[in-house]
Order: sequence, then structure tokens, then C-alpha cells
Amino acid sequence: MPVLPDRVDRDAPDYGARRAALLELLAEHDRQLAIANAGGGEKYVERHRSRGKLLARERIELLLDPDSPFLELSPLAAWGTDYPVGASVVTGIGVVENTEVMVVANDPTVRGGAVNPYTARRQGRAAQIAAENRLPVVNLVESGGADLPTQSEIFIPGGRGFRDLTRKSAAAIPTISLVFGNSTAGGAYIPGMSDYVVMVEGRAKVFLGGPPLVKMATGEESDDEELGGAEMHARTSGLADYLARDEYDAIRLGRQIVRRLNRHKLGPPPAPSYAEPRYDIDDLLGVVPTDLREPFDPRDVLARILDGSEFDEFKPLYGASLVTGFGQLHGYPVGILANARGVLFAEESEKATQFIQLANQSDIPLIFCQNTTGYMVGKDYEQRGIIKAGAQMINAVSNSDVPHLTITMGASYGAGNYGMCGRAYDPRFLFTWPNAKSAVMGPAQLAGVLSIVARASAQARGKDYDEAGDAAMRELVETQIEAESKALFLTARLYDDGIIDPRDTRTVLGLALSVAHNQPVQGRRGYGVFRM
Amino acid sequence: MRSLLVANRGEIARRVFRTAREMGIATVAVFSDADADLPFVRDADAAVRLPGNDPGDTYLRGDLIVGAARRAGADAVHPGYGFLSENAEFAQQVLDAGLTWVGPPPAAIASMGSKLEAKRMMRAAGVPTLPWSEDDSGAADVGYPLLVKASAGGGGRGMRIVRSPDDLAVALESARREAAGAFGDATVFLERYVDAARHVEVQVMADNHGNVVSLFERECSIQRRHQKIVEEAPSTAVDPSLRARMGEAAVAAARAVGYVGAGTVEFVLTADGSYWFLEMNTRLQVEHPVTEAITGLDLVRLQLTVAQRQPLPPEALTPTMTGHAIEVRLYAEDAEHGFLPSTGLLREFDVPTGDATGLRLDSGVETGSVVSRHYDPMLAKVIAHAPTRAEAAARLASALRRSSLQGVTTNRDLLTRILGEPEFLAGSTDTAYLDRHDVAAMAGSLLDPVGRRAHAVAAAMAVQAAHRREATVVAGLPSGWRNNPSQPQEVQLVDGSTTVSVDYRFDRSGRLDVSVDGEPVDAELHPGATGTVTLSIDGVRRSYGIGITGSIVDVSSALGTSSYQLLDRLPDPAATVTAGSLVAPMPGAVVRVLVEVGDLVVAQQPLVVLEAMKMEHTVASPAAGSVVELNVAAGQQVDAGMVLAVVAAEDTDGEAPAAR
Repeated sequence: MPVLPDRVDRDAPDYGARRAALLELLAEHDRQLAIANAGGGEKYVERHRSRGKLLARERIELLLDPDSPFLELSPLAAWGTDYPVGASVVTGIGVVENTEVMVVANDPTVRGGAVNPYTARRQGRAAQIAAENRLPVVNLVESGGADLPTQSEIFIPGGRGFRDLTRKSAAAIPTISLVFGNSTAGGAYIPGMSDYVVMVEGRAKVFLGGPPLVKMATGEESDDEELGGAEMHARTSGLADYLARDEYDAIRLGRQIVRRLNRHKLGPPPAPSYAEPRYDIDDLLGVVPTDLREPFDPRDVLARILDGSEFDEFKPLYGASLVTGFGQLHGYPVGILANARGVLFAEESEKATQFIQLANQSDIPLIFCQNTTGYMVGKDYEQRGIIKAGAQMINAVSNSDVPHLTITMGASYGAGNYGMCGRAYDPRFLFTWPNAKSAVMGPAQLAGVLSIVARASAQARGKDYDEAGDAAMRELVETQIEAESKALFLTARLYDDGIIDPRDTRTVLGLALSVAHNQPVQGRRGYGVFRM
Repeated sequence: MRSLLVANRGEIARRVFRTAREMGIATVAVFSDADADLPFVRDADAAVRLPGNDPGDTYLRGDLIVGAARRAGADAVHPGYGFLSENAEFAQQVLDAGLTWVGPPPAAIASMGSKLEAKRMMRAAGVPTLPWSEDDSGAADVGYPLLVKASAGGGGRGMRIVRSPDDLAVALESARREAAGAFGDATVFLERYVDAARHVEVQVMADNHGNVVSLFERECSIQRRHQKIVEEAPSTAVDPSLRARMGEAAVAAARAVGYVGAGTVEFVLTADGSYWFLEMNTRLQVEHPVTEAITGLDLVRLQLTVAQRQPLPPEALTPTMTGHAIEVRLYAEDAEHGFLPSTGLLREFDVPTGDATGLRLDSGVETGSVVSRHYDPMLAKVIAHAPTRAEAAARLASALRRSSLQGVTTNRDLLTRILGEPEFLAGSTDTAYLDRHDVAAMAGSLLDPVGRRAHAVAAAMAVQAAHRREATVVAGLPSGWRNNPSQPQEVQLVDGSTTVSVDYRFDRSGRLDVSVDGEPVDAELHPGATGTVTLSIDGVRRSYGIGITGSIVDVSSALGTSSYQLLDRLPDPAATVTAGSLVAPMPGAVVRVLVEVGDLVVAQQPLVVLEAMKMEHTVASPAAGSVVELNVAAGQQVDAGMVLAVVAAEDTDGEAPAAR
């Protein structure tokens, strides 16, 4: 089988410079992760521990099978917003009793685990991934409910979370809640809508209204334990199926429940054995430029993520700015679409359209490796129908039924983002490298366009154009667009499922493929493949 | 002789089969239910089941054994040692059945079997004997310290040292009880006890043609509870002239009883070269291999030759000795904690005698064998033979150190330390050797702190690898991978009474970051086959043998052996033992229950007496308090770890006892 060559010159000056630049971006990413992992900060962490409680990430680590992998999703949600980085919740995919599950754990050290608009978005994305991939959901609940000052942004959309839970249940996707502490008011519906509920003795507190609210509503005197204690729910209301003696016991019971879910994957299993790539994935740091104007050959990436570095390239001589072909990743067959030189012309669009159809015919998942500045513009191209060609590709991507995984390796601009299965095209997962940028167009181009339009408008009105004002506007716009194109900005707004270290790409894709195979892998059928 | 039945079990049965096979004689084993899967049963050409487990139902049933010989077509019986080997009635039974008895004439056995009669005969034959008395009133004449001994006894059972008249009554009572239980004969006598003397015995061999020869001495001074654990030949305390005199005395003793076959005359030898007759063992001894090593003779072959009424061969009649041989007895017992017997599945039994010359392993077990509580806990004997004593000791210690013995606690570490201990190496051994030394310290793990850390890391890595091997989803992904690492993986290992915590993480390039109990260890993990972990620790690369059985992780390396219990991260609270619970230290039977529920007890007050491996063990209250739970009754069989009783400790300020 064709094996990709090792063409990386580790002694080239470029290699070292790129590596250094990327490592700096990764260091910044790590600093932000550290902030998220610190939760509510030392004081609140200490207070939480002094109550004999485990931190959200400690609960997750105990829940998971020892030594199994865990992919945290959206770890930097809410970065750069008014809300704490991480959005007071941890979501991710892990393995419990050899079953892939979605874990959603409130971080009670961050404002009592209160749900803010970004918490809702992070949880919502996790719920969507669980539904699309048939993943059982384990909620590790301890939250004071909605962040009241921002209730207007949460109350109405937030109700969807409860609907999501029961819709999942209806789809035979099990939902489990382990209640470690507060889960009151609306939060009470999280255990309320779950298939299985475990509550920790003396800790769980699940009620619609607490003692003060009850007193105000009906005049009745009551205490926390009577209204929503774990014992009460286990013995009297029946809301709790299991009464756990402590947090460890709750996690043990959670694992016990998952063990008996009798989950089977509906997709085909991976190859039982396969070769690792021949070349060190560490090289990627020296391959990938942080200056997005410099193109790079995606085959150097594929050589470091595909099993045995083997890649059967499809239509290599046609539409060479997009690389397409078949390979295998952690034992799963995959089809690859990777931008080679940024621009998509009609040939690349047609090639992509045909390739996506072929993958659907063979039930092969697709991986989109984005590094595109968009579809070609200009008289010649418009007249030759670049819109139609791009539309074919977007049509094929939109209606493809095999799992799609997207990695934003660099640029992701314009309609190229759509054609290469950007966020709006609902890939099962979308991960971003820290050097990546995405926007409708580049900052300079965008500012330039605005400038030309303004100049034309001034001219039409017969006014003098304010050149100084124009320069200031361009700079302002460029700065704003540049900031809003950055990976951190995008990941904060849940436009991806997380920034990943390029060196983790193979592992992340392997896990994502395994997760996607919880569903049947079945391509779109209908017409025969249109030869492009 | 065409077919030989061995009326015994374990290593001695295998040992006899080996020579029989060499001589073209078919082999027949007898086995109890518990022994059905042991190697000696498979080694034999044919095997006959003795239903039950208790020796009284099986290996002590002469009638069944003779019946077995008939059924299996055996025409000779070898009794081994212990069991019926010194039972004159059984010897007669064998002869009456028309079978060949591989042993001395029944009359000789009987004379020597009664220790009292033997002493009288020896005195008459001019062999030096210690003062003794047959009744309690003679104690003063015998003098203190004295030894209370079972007349029918052996192997240290029914034996008590008494140092003052005050202790005599208690010692007599317990010795009689033990003797009655063990030998069916409560007769005991008093004999002068010689402190700090050597136990030196002479191997004799006699045929039916008037030949009686001495095959030199063995020294077996290193004993625990009168049970020999290290034996050697020759003795460092015996020079050629003493050897000649003791040999003559032994030959005289054998002639006095008309002895035929292999026998051993035991002496006590003091520093001034005085020696006294203790007893004569009318059988092959456990420690016969050291004699075989220095003389080059096969004692079992000589026994079978003599049993066929042939004269001893010339090489036995004029024996020579070469070099020095040392034997150690590997016991399944916890030498660190009062030699408590240890039972269970031998998860691994590997003594690397390999192709090394001068090493011999006589083993009754192998990997996968079950050590039952019914019989002597000796697993195997390891024997080294070398030109010098120092080299023999070094060779033996090295073999022991490299052995992998997992599943039951053994005395391996104690034996290894003895073999390197200066007093032993200087030849200053006597029966008080283990009293003088700190046995618990010598029996402690051979691992030093560095080795302990290395083993803990190896165990954690093995567990980690097993987890990945057993994974059925995303099994090919890196171990413990995190895109956002927040904490390491943690493995907690219980090593005896201490818990070791190993934290580790692999970075993107697979490099290991590990600490043991919070202390970082410079370790690199190398790829290796299942069953081993290869680590470079502080730049030193070693392989660690790993066995994982359920939650038990065994590690063996050239540094020593560890056995860890993997701590459950999420234990079921219902399965946790209540504080204050007293658990059975070993499997056995409850002899007496000394308290009732509600009784107030003081610290160290005996609550339950267990009997296991024919020894009594008292389970005492750990603290003052009250008995709140009692789960056993006299006669009940218990397994190790079973909760016998629960004591609620009394509050220190003297208030009502409360559970802690």
C-alpha cells in the first residue's frame, strides 16, 4: 500500500521557528486550561474540600475506567467573556465499564456550580454530541441552579436541557444522575428526567422549593432534609433509586449502573490490530506555520496521523489544491479531504463532491482538514460558475450521512468553511489547532472592503474622504476581526469542541471515530455517484 | 522389586519415585483428596486415592495403604519420612501382606520408637546419654533446664523446654495434650536440656549381611520450634577424630538394635566436644540430600538395594566426602509473625536451579499447586554443594534470592539472610541460633527502600498495562490520555500493613512521570512482554516478573519479592470490616471460645483459640472493651480473614464501651 514519505527537514530554520511559535501558542492554551482547572480558585476549592467533598474532575477521574482516555470537550468555554473560563461545568467523553459515556459534571467551586449562559451552551453541546452518537450520559450533579442575574438568558433556552434528557431516554440512550449536593428548583429536573438516580446520603438536596420559598408560598414549616434529602428520596418519594453512603459510593453505584446498561455499538468494530504511523507526530509542530499565508502540505500531517502512514490518494492529478484519499485511523477506515493550497477552485469542488459521494457509497467516515481561504473569486471564475461548483460541494457535505470529523488546521475563511464542513454543517466533532483562524474573510481584506465601500459612498455624496479617519477605522476593524478570528475566541463561543494540541490529533480523531461508531455508519444512497 | 508404592506425599514421594524410575521399578502413589492435583500424584505410574484429608483418614491408614499396594500391583512399600515411617505395626502389616518393606525390621523401629526404651538400650551399649526421668518427681535429679518430650514423638511436637520448677506443671499438661493429639500416646518424659548446643546427627546404613557403616555427620542446629530449617554436611564443629568417634557410636547404636537400612543417630554436641545420644530416626531423613551431595551416594538407591537383601556396594562401604553441602527447607509460613503457617494457591513457584551445577531442588509443589492446611507446610528443599562452605552458602542464597515464590508467605527471606549472616558464615551455629537473632528482622523482606519503590512502580505499571489490555473500547489509545490533564492516575497497593501510593502519567511522547508516596522516581518504562515490566530506574535497567491474580499483584526481581493487594478505589461499604473485628490469622479449626457476647475484656485477653497445622494459636483482644459480636463456636472450621469476634473498645476516659 502507498506509504507517505517523511519529507520533514528537522534541521531547517523554518522548522525550529514554527515549532517555537506553536509551542508559545500551546503554552498560552495551557495557561488558560490551568485557570479553568483551578475552578473557583483556592479559597473555594479549600472550602469544598473541607466539607469532605471531591472536586468535579476528581469525581470524573474516579468514575472512569483506570488508565482509559478522557476527552474533555469545550474546556475553554466562556474564555474572554464575563463568565469564568470553563463555564462552571466539565463535559467530556470517557470510558466507564468499557462503555463510552458523556460525562457532565458541575463545578461547585465556581459560584456554587450555578448555570450561566455559557454553562447552558457547554451542556447543550454535550447533550447534542451524546444524542448524535448514542452516548449514555452521566451527570455528576451539584449546582445551585440558574445564575439568577442572568436568568433572562437561561430560563427559556435552559428548559431545553430537561427536554433533551427525556428525548434521549426516548431514544433508548440511558441517562444517569449522581447527585452530590444541591440540585434544586429547575435543577431538580435533572435527576427528575434521568433514567437512574443516585443520591449521596446527607448531601444531596433535591427539591423544587427550599424552606424559605415553601414558607412564603404556603406558610408550611419544613427543613432541607424533609423537602429533598437523599434518605427521603430513597425511602419516601422514590426519586432516588440508590442511596449512596458517600461520594465514592455514589461513583461506585454509577459504575455499577453503567456496567448493566448492556450497551452495544451499532457501527462496525475497528480492525483488531493496526500499525502506528511511521513518523513522530511531534514533527507537526515544525510543519505547521503560524503565519496562515504560508501554505503547508497536508500529506505531512496525514503521514503522522494515519495507521502505518498509509494513504491511498484519490484523483491526485486533478484539483491538486485539495487532497482526497482513503486511509485508516486507529483501525477505522476514513476518507480524507484536506486543503493543500488554501483556495478552492471549481476542480477542487467537483473532486470533493465526487469523493464525498464515494465515501457515502462505502459507508466510510470523512475527516475534513481545513486550511482554506475560500472559493476563488474573480470575473473569470464567476463566469465559469464557481458558485455552482461550490454549491455542489456544499450540497454534498450537507447531505452526506457518514460521520464527519473536522480539524481546523489553519485558515477557515468564507464559504470554504462551509464546504469543508464547518460548525454550521454539524460535523460530529470539530477541533481546532491553536494557530487556526476563522472568519468570513481575512481582517485586512475585510477592513479594505469596508474602506472601498465607504470611499465609494463618500464619492457618491460628493464629499471628501477622511483619509485619517479611514486609516483609523481600518486599523480598528483589522484588530477586532483579528481578535475575533482567533482560536481562543472561537472555542470560547463553542464554535468548536475544543482547541487541541496538534500532537493529540491522531488520538482525538481515534476517540471521536470510536464514539461515532456507537451509531450505525451508513452513507447516503439514492442516485449513483455523479462523475464530476 | 518390580513396583514400589510410596506411603507418603509431596517432595519425598517424588524423590523416591525418581530413583525407583532410574532403577526400572514402577511407581505407585497414594493421595488424599487435598493432594489430588499435586505433582507427586502425576509423577507416579499409578496412583490410588485415600478418601478424605485428615492424616488419620489417609496417610496414617496402614490398612488402606496395603490395600492400595495390592490393587495397584505394588510389591514393595517405601514409607518416606513422617506418617507411618516409624510405625512398627505398619511395617509388620506390610511384611504380613507379603510385600517388601523398605525400612528397618519392625523390632528395630519399635525399640527406637520408644524414646525411653531407646535410651536404656543405648546406655547399655555404651553410647553416651543425657540424664532423664520417666516421671515428674525426677525433675530435680534431671536438673534444669529440662525438656519435656513425648515418648512417641518427633518433629518437635509435644516438646517443651522448662527452665524452672514453677513452669513444669503447665508444660507437662500441654505437652501431654499435644502428644495425645499428635501421636495417640500421651506419655512424656523429662530429659536434661543442653542450652546452646549443636544438633549433630550421623547417617548410618546397614544391610542384611552384617555391614553397618557411618556416612558421616550432618549438622542441623538451626531450628525454629525444634523444627530444622538449615542443615549441612559436614559439621563445622566436627574434626576427623570426633567424626570417627561419633561414627563409631552411631554404628554401635545401630548394631544394638539389629538395624537394617538407612537410619540416623542424633546427638547433642557441646563446644567442648562432648556428645550425647538423643534418639535414632529409623527412616530416611528430610535432610538426606546433604549427605548424598558430599558422598556422591544415592541413599534411596541404597535403601532399595538393602531392601532386596543385597549387600551394600563398595562405594557405600568405604565412603568418602567431598566439599560442603547446605540444605534449606522452604516452608509456607510467616517467619516474620511467629511462623504462622500460610496456605493457599501458589501463584508462582520458581526456584532457578537451572543448569547451575551444585544446586538441587526437591520440591513437592509447582506453580498452581494449592498448599492445604492439612499437612506439613514444607514446600521444598533447596540444596547447594560446593568445594567450600562459603561458596555453598553463597550459591544457595543466590538461588533463593532469584526465586519467585508467590501466593503464600514463605520463609525464603529468613533463609536467605541466615545464609549471609556473619555468625552462620563463621560456623557458630547451635540450637539457640534463632533465639539469639531477631527473627522478625531477618525474616523481613529482602527489599531495601530503593527496591520497594522500584517494585511499587513495576506493580503500578503492570496494573496499568493490564487495564489497557483488558479494555474493549479505544484500547489502542495511549494509556490514561487526557487532552486537559488535571491529575495523575493513582494506584494504591497494600503491602502487608502499609499502603503505597503510586501516581503516574504518561506525557504525549510516552515518557513516564511517576512518584511513589509523593516522591518522584526517575523511571523510564520500556516495552516488554506480558508478565514482565522492564524499567530503568535512576538509569539502571531491570526486568520485573509480574503475576496478577484478581486484585493481587506479585512482583519478583533480583532485588527480592513483593506481593501487593490492589486497593479498590471504590469499595462497597457493605463489604468493609467493622473496626475492632478480629479475623482468623489463618485457616484452621476453632478449639475453644473463651468469652461470650457482652463480656468485658482487657487488652491481650485471649478470646478464641484456633488450631491450624497442629499448632494452637490464640486470638487476643487488641484493647480493653466489650465483646459485641462472636461469630464462631468450638469445632468450627474457619478460613483466613473470617471475622471471629468484634470487640468494641472502651473509651479511654472510662465511660461505657463504644464501638470505634
